[in-house]
Amino acid sequence: MILTEFKPVEELLIKLKEDKKIFILGCGGCPEGANTGGKAVLASTKERLENEGKNVTGVMEIDFLCQKALIRSRIKPRLDEIKNADSILIFSCGLGVQSTSAVLAKICHPALDTITFGGITGIWQGTERCDTCGNCILDYTGGICPYTACPKKLENGACAGQSNGKCETDHERDCGWELIYKSLKRINRLDILNKFITPRDYSKILPSPALRKTRLWALDEEEVV
Amino acid sequence: METKIEKSNFEKILEEGKFAVTCEIGPPKGAEIEEIRVAAEELRNVADGINVTDLQSSVMRLGSLTTCHLLKEWGLDPIFQVTCRDRNRLALQSDLLSANVMGIRNVLALTGDYTTTGDHPQAEPVFDLDSVQLLWAIKNLEEGKDLAGKELTKKPSFFKGAVVNPGADTEAAYELQIIKMRKKIDQGAQFFQTQAIFDAEVFKKFMERIHKENLDVPILAGIILLKSEKMANYMNKFVPGVFVPEPLVKKMEGTQDKVSMCIEIASGLIEEVRLHCAGVHIQALGWEKHIPAVVKNFR
Repeated sequence: MILTEFKPVEELLIKLKEDKKIFILGCGGCPEGANTGGKAVLASTKERLENEGKNVTGVMEIDFLCQKALIRSRIKPRLDEIKNADSILIFSCGLGVQSTSAVLAKICHPALDTITFGGITGIWQGTERCDTCGNCILDYTGGICPYTACPKKLENGACAGQSNGKCETDHERDCGWELIYKSLKRINRLDILNKFITPRDYSKILPSPALRKTRLWALDEEEVV
Repeated sequence: METKIEKSNFEKILEEGKFAVTCEIGPPKGAEIEEIRVAAEELRNVADGINVTDLQSSVMRLGSLTTCHLLKEWGLDPIFQVTCRDRNRLALQSDLLSANVMGIRNVLALTGDYTTTGDHPQAEPVFDLDSVQLLWAIKNLEEGKDLAGKELTKKPSFFKGAVVNPGADTEAAYELQIIKMRKKIDQGAQFFQTQAIFDAEVFKKFMERIHKENLDVPILAGIILLKSEKMANYMNKFVPGVFVPEPLVKKMEGTQDKVSMCIEIASGLIEEVRLHCAGVHIQALGWEKHIPAVVKNFR
């Protein structure tokens, strides 16, 4: 099962500080297992952001945000609302944020931290990989996860080992930071790279007691009948 | 409790604006230290500071901290290289405190080569911090706090360095080097040593750029003593971030007297770059005895 948890509202407001117009996008699959996101949460987030003086250009739910083809087919009628926004706030696991970033030329802020995929890793069809670390910073890295795209998990820029855009560990593997740079350049937001990222909080990697009380987790743990 | 700060020899040389020469010692694979004692003696009168590599190329060896301590005992000024590959934030901070207690002041913060490039490819790559965050951790320690915000009984103090690659070969890699360099300075880096350079023009262009960006900290140009064409080809193939241009490989191929050619190439490079930087960092890789000849024109 996927377990995600909400980032604190204060953290979201810091992320959205510079953005006036926001499009809210939620995954339809995530709330089922993780109790995060879902139509009610998207609606209350819209209200909260509007109370903070933000203009919410649209709210949308797509069944599985980890599927790029699905995102592409569903967003077509809503493209104006998306293009009109400064950024997108996403309620999904890290894969959904990565897929959406790959499809839309906007900064995608993760509203959730992904803790685990439990037993269901491997069902998505894309190349995106989430480290389920509970420290999602995809909006600072152009939607490319530095923890899975860079073997050294570097958070503040490339090492000196890259050559011709390839990684020192494998000359056929793209340097993750090369991808991050290109992704932010594509949306004209290289300025984001100047931010100093503090180290990950590894204590968030284990699911908390609260997360272990979700409905699916309980079903999974039920005794033999 | 406040620490009385005693500056290192290397630090004073840079502060006085003298052209600095740093060299390098790679600790041995094993407990025999005679080899480094000999190398240290060869560097005594030529190096202002001596880098001690931290499991260089991800190969298991004698530790950097212990070797720095030995150099200190022998009356030399060590530069403690610390990589993020093998230690988490607890061990890194602890080793920095240890260094301070041993009187080791110069620290060079590095990411470290990946584990699979070395002789223990099965080892877990740690990389709990990156090099910028390591500098941030050092800054915290100097302010009397660890990364958990807990107070220290006494503030350590360091002369902090970092590394930058002037020869990054794509737009992204180059720009990221500049961005990361700025972040390193923001987090307290006081000097830089560069990855090995073989093309003076590339280095000069890089220096122009960083002056334009107001990244004005002392920079020591990295010089590797090229021993043979075989070594050049090996580095081009296997050493991350190092590239020897074809004309230099050809020059090496075309001579029987490798030592003279090595000295000619290295001293020529230094001659071309020395008015553009604060010093040079020479990696002799076993040819320490030839360094005096390489630097004789300006020492």
